[in-house]
Amino acid sequence: MSRMKKPFAAPGTPRVPVAEFTPEMKRTHTVLIPMMLPIHFELIEKVLQNEGYKTELLRTEGSRIAEEGLKNVHNDTCYPALLVIGQMMDALHSGKYDPHKIAFLITQTGGGCRASNYIYLLRKALVKSGYGYIPVVGINLSALRGGTGFCVTVPMLYDIAHCVVLGDMLMCLHNQCLPYEMRKGDTQRVTDKWIGEIKKVLDGRPYRCAGRLRALYPAIVRDYAMIKRSKEKKIRVGVVGEIYVKYSPLGNNNLEKFLIAEGAEPVVPGLMAFLLYCVYNGIEDRQLYGGSIGKAAGSEILFRYLVGKQKEVVRAIRKEGSFAAPTLFSETVRLADGYISRGVKMGEGWLLTAEMVELIHEGVENIVCTQPFGCLPNHIVGKGMIRAIREKNPDANIVAVDYDPGASEVNQQNRIKLMLDTAAAKRREQALEGR
Amino acid sequence: MEYRIGIDIGSTTVKVVVLGPGPENPILFKHYERHLSQVRTKTAEVLRQAREIVGDAPVRTAISGSAGMGVAKAANLPFVQEVFATSETVKHWYPGTDAVVELGGEDAKIIFITGGLEERMNGTCAGGTGAFIDQMATLLAVTPQGLDELSLKYKKMYPIASRCGVFAKSDIQPLLNQGANKSDIAMSIFQAVVNQTITGLAQGRRIEGKVAFLGGPLHFFKGLQQRFQQTLGLDDDHALFPELGLFSVAMGAAVCAENAGEATDFQTLLEKIENSAGEVSGRFLPPLFAGEEDYRKFQERHARASVPKQPIDTYTGGAYLGIDCGSTTTKLVLIGEDGQILFEYYSSNRGNPVDIVREQLAEVRRLCQRDGEEAVRIRACVTTGYGEDLMRAAFNADMGIVETMAHYRAARFFNPKVDFILDIGGQDIKCFKVRNRSIDSIMLNEACSSGCGSFIETFARSMGYTAENFAKEGLFAKRPSDLGSRCTVFMNSSVKQAQKDGAGVDDISAGLSISVVKNAIYKVIRAHSASELGENIVVQGGTFYNDAVLRSFEQELGREVVRPSIAGLMGAYGAALYGWDLNKERSSLLSLEELESFSHQAKPSVCGLCANHCNLTVNLFSDGSRYISGNRCERPLGRGRQQKLPNLYEFKLERIKKLAAKRSPNAPMGKIGIPLGLNMYENLPFWHAFLTELGFDVVTSDISSLELYSKGRTSIPSDTACYPAKLIHGHIVDLLEKGVKRIFYPCMSYNFDEGKGDNHYNCPVVAYYPELLHANMTELREIQFLFPFVGIHRKKDFEKKICKYLQEQFPQARFRLPAIRKASDAAYAAYYAWGEEIRREGEKAIALCREKGAKMIVLSGRPYHVDPEINHGIDKLIAQLGLAVLSEDSVAHLIAPQRVDVLNQWTYHTRLYNAAAFVAEQPDMELVQLVSFGCGIDAITTDEVMAILEEKGRLYTQLKIDEINNLGAVRIRIRSLLGAAEERAMQANRPQDKIHTPHIPGVLKEEIPCPV
Repeated sequence: MSRMKKPFAAPGTPRVPVAEFTPEMKRTHTVLIPMMLPIHFELIEKVLQNEGYKTELLRTEGSRIAEEGLKNVHNDTCYPALLVIGQMMDALHSGKYDPHKIAFLITQTGGGCRASNYIYLLRKALVKSGYGYIPVVGINLSALRGGTGFCVTVPMLYDIAHCVVLGDMLMCLHNQCLPYEMRKGDTQRVTDKWIGEIKKVLDGRPYRCAGRLRALYPAIVRDYAMIKRSKEKKIRVGVVGEIYVKYSPLGNNNLEKFLIAEGAEPVVPGLMAFLLYCVYNGIEDRQLYGGSIGKAAGSEILFRYLVGKQKEVVRAIRKEGSFAAPTLFSETVRLADGYISRGVKMGEGWLLTAEMVELIHEGVENIVCTQPFGCLPNHIVGKGMIRAIREKNPDANIVAVDYDPGASEVNQQNRIKLMLDTAAAKRREQALEGR
Repeated sequence: MEYRIGIDIGSTTVKVVVLGPGPENPILFKHYERHLSQVRTKTAEVLRQAREIVGDAPVRTAISGSAGMGVAKAANLPFVQEVFATSETVKHWYPGTDAVVELGGEDAKIIFITGGLEERMNGTCAGGTGAFIDQMATLLAVTPQGLDELSLKYKKMYPIASRCGVFAKSDIQPLLNQGANKSDIAMSIFQAVVNQTITGLAQGRRIEGKVAFLGGPLHFFKGLQQRFQQTLGLDDDHALFPELGLFSVAMGAAVCAENAGEATDFQTLLEKIENSAGEVSGRFLPPLFAGEEDYRKFQERHARASVPKQPIDTYTGGAYLGIDCGSTTTKLVLIGEDGQILFEYYSSNRGNPVDIVREQLAEVRRLCQRDGEEAVRIRACVTTGYGEDLMRAAFNADMGIVETMAHYRAARFFNPKVDFILDIGGQDIKCFKVRNRSIDSIMLNEACSSGCGSFIETFARSMGYTAENFAKEGLFAKRPSDLGSRCTVFMNSSVKQAQKDGAGVDDISAGLSISVVKNAIYKVIRAHSASELGENIVVQGGTFYNDAVLRSFEQELGREVVRPSIAGLMGAYGAALYGWDLNKERSSLLSLEELESFSHQAKPSVCGLCANHCNLTVNLFSDGSRYISGNRCERPLGRGRQQKLPNLYEFKLERIKKLAAKRSPNAPMGKIGIPLGLNMYENLPFWHAFLTELGFDVVTSDISSLELYSKGRTSIPSDTACYPAKLIHGHIVDLLEKGVKRIFYPCMSYNFDEGKGDNHYNCPVVAYYPELLHANMTELREIQFLFPFVGIHRKKDFEKKICKYLQEQFPQARFRLPAIRKASDAAYAAYYAWGEEIRREGEKAIALCREKGAKMIVLSGRPYHVDPEINHGIDKLIAQLGLAVLSEDSVAHLIAPQRVDVLNQWTYHTRLYNAAAFVAEQPDMELVQLVSFGCGIDAITTDEVMAILEEKGRLYTQLKIDEINNLGAVRIRIRSLLGAAEERAMQANRPQDKIHTPHIPGVLKEEIPCPV
């Protein structure tokens, strides 16, 4: 969490007026949310709905979105901003919504990465297109902006935390079943079922459902374990990277789907790790630069609480025994040692490096490191660390892939295929040696 | 008996290899051919030739190559990734090889075998491949083979960027225009490819031992082979250029076929490949024209915007000559007193503009004679374009004007109401908005985004078409391919994708036209809607002769525009009109006799008068006069020093140099190195004082230079990072060469809090680059590399934390907190004094300029833009134009902190906003923003700085800089800025437009169709 400062107030009026999300809008306006992680966001949306907000997740896709983005944002801005803002502008131009009855919600990372500017860029784009009156609500961990009407309360955060671990759990199990399912569609059915079940538990009775949610864990794991799966050993491929292109199928040209089609099993580290990373940085900041004990202590408490939540899921998966459980964050933190300092906290920072090491330790040596073209932190924490990782783990097989509106899919796929071919050859070699 | 077939379908060629049975892998058949986008039919065609050898025996087949993926999928045949296939080839045919370098049409690959297998391919933004060489050959107007032959005769080498074709072009074009030797350029192109391969792919791993060089370009080009061998220092025993290098991927695929897929007979294989065609997927755009009728109407409409022409032999009287020596084409126009065209000329430069212009001038002079008398009197001759200065000097023209002003002059003549001009030329996209009859803003394509005319031309040729025929193909395409709107390298791969999806030549041609247009609208103009551009749009430049491009533009905007019939001659026409404005009786242009005896010789030389080491071209003319180009400043011209105006960049650099020279030879703690780059350009005073006070002898690396950069380029892991960051690798090597055993380079998430913004971060690259160095420069592990995280924004905490750190690092030294505090006090004092001095100097400079009435340019960038290797001497160039140069940090304090519409959270960038707000209020200042290519944060700051300036009705100019030093373009921009500013000032004093405009009978200017 970055050092909080009271907002800077300079004289003069802004050229871009800020439309506030007023309390009344809660009733009248639909909040549109761009999609990033299909499972997680659906659950989190439910939490907002419980609070009385009207929401809609934007699931649109297609080349129009990037085009809208190119039209509305500086073209050298990172690809995620281009897509997220493009998706919103596309929705606006679709005619589906009354522009006077919608608001946008944008999730973003804070801190020294330029990604912290998404909300400003969106606002500029809206004003320029004559929609300056549409309120934009920004959610990030360092600060919540967007006016009086939209606030994320502590109880809501409590629910959201549960949604994140549950989302991670479903994603983790889903990815371990889908490539192996004997009957097509089984995995998706189970995933859909549990999304529904979780939403039912959340429904209507906010903040009092932690226990009930926890009670679902064993049943969830069991249900996935029941899916008939083939015994073959597929090549496991880890996916790390800038958070949006790592997770969003729109951002990474359906990377997970592609990997599965190529006969691999995608392994995608969860979202909770990212939240924990943000919280952890608050603690680390005080270590490095000093500051109030109170705030660091707050981070510390939150950190312990969230790690606890993650632990519950890991325990449930381990207990059942059929699936590989995600690495606990308390361990992930240590994995950065010897590669990169945990002071590197912009963008995905040290976490990206640590996740690559974590995957290798889990036996997933093949990794796709995704990043938007020209992503600044990734120069350091992604591409910049691959060499060091390979030095210490000679078997690591990492490919860095850039995403960008002009980058052609065939180029990206070709590079990923090289990584997969190398992985397959190594496997054949090992099989020969084994014989 | 079973045969194995390997098929390699690359971006430009298809190769087929048939292997006989047995472990020897006998090659029974091999063939390659260009597929000209007809991927499937060509593959089947080549395969058929192998039929005789194979007969009815069963075959196993594997496909490889970048365009092969789609075919393999559609034909349900096994696919082998091409780098992997190459490894197989090397394993089987060239055992003992340590590393492989393979260049293909659009890919470059390195495989390290010995010491840990590692396979690498170029990233998405990387040229330096066969297609790049082809493009460069076209630029030099030779065949690729011709380029190779030329290269072998080289004498000297120029630095040429090869990151992508566009960059290289902007390096090469000025060289050509300045008359540099083609052989030298050819070899420099090959060297660029070698450098690109080493920087972009080897990334720190040395290419050594026995190296095999494979792939088409390395097979055909002897010059390239030579460059690789020399640069890598390989003798003939260690550099392998196998006969079969061209087929390496196909051979590997054939080997892989053994384990992949099932055996079929030959006929089945053929059918599989042939029948795979037809499925068309991918992204498409609506067709350009509904049919012939639609096209005819379109042609009729545009035919209305024409200029009258008069045969020169029927004309008597005064005439005005305009010469537009552009980057790729040369244009000449001679107009009569009524603006009618008497003579016109438009041709590709083919690398030698001076000769072309001389020929044409002689021709014009001859045509002006009738019966031994001068029937047509040339009253003025004005030059413009890239070669403006050279042409003016060579032929003694009356005046030179910057090309943007020439274009505006011409467009305005056509349509006085014009409020938006878009010019897409061979290499440049220029556009300007017009407000109140003066240029409001000028936008030029930045080095990375040009997908302009010459791109279509090169592409057409690579597919076996002329540019014209290629354009015609696209007019009636049913499903134009959606190729995106980025730079040419990306477009090449998009085309590849379209081919994979089964698009035909027509679809690709139309798609390319649409891409060029989208590139201009969204990348250069960055328009939101058509209405934003203007009511009366005039398009010009040679590229708009292409009807497909014109139509795409109208379609994309959703409105009709005017294309003058002389779209390609507008610069020259505008220049001629300027000549008309001069109102001279007789031009000083060389006479026919002088032209006939004219000779010209261009000699390259390197200026040694300062550290910039400009590559000069000395043009010697027959009358003994000479013209020097390539210089940044006045010094090599020998005109002596003019009265000097303040240059804050020079001031800051000198200060840094002075500080860097300050050493403490007998310091008890010994030497400690600091790399002089990135934030050290501002923080050096702090650390220098701090470390000196603690008993260290501070050694800094040298001021950056290209040589210094080359020293460290091999360890750069991310080739798309900004140049200032990449330079640091060289600085580290430089320090090590100086024998330091300790280097201090701290990580800093936060910068000083200057209280002007929401936060005070450093950008991620500045903040954490030491981490990257530590991970990628193994040399650093042999010394003591100190890269602690420090927070100098909190002095007390800083002292405590750094004390602990130093105690750990130097247990013997017994550092104590009081001593650290004392050092810290000195450091903070030095830092504040440093900043204060710059601010005082800024104030002094402003006062001095106001006294002299001199104009000032605030060159806004980051502290490290003072580095001469980063700014390429732009400050000197501006100074040469008679302007004072201020820096952003020398004026940012002169105005209260700004409220901006973005998150204002980086210390350096905050100053940009302040500087912009300050300049906006000062009539005698203009702002020019320096942006390093790849700086993600400037994507945000540039828009905001522009908004701040434009809100106050001021002009915004941005210069994108990188490894390349394209000062020609910089000159044009700065001069355009000055011209526009001047015109504005004139407008302010002159309410009515009094520019005298000739009247053309027959063209009622108000009636020029300006459809809405």
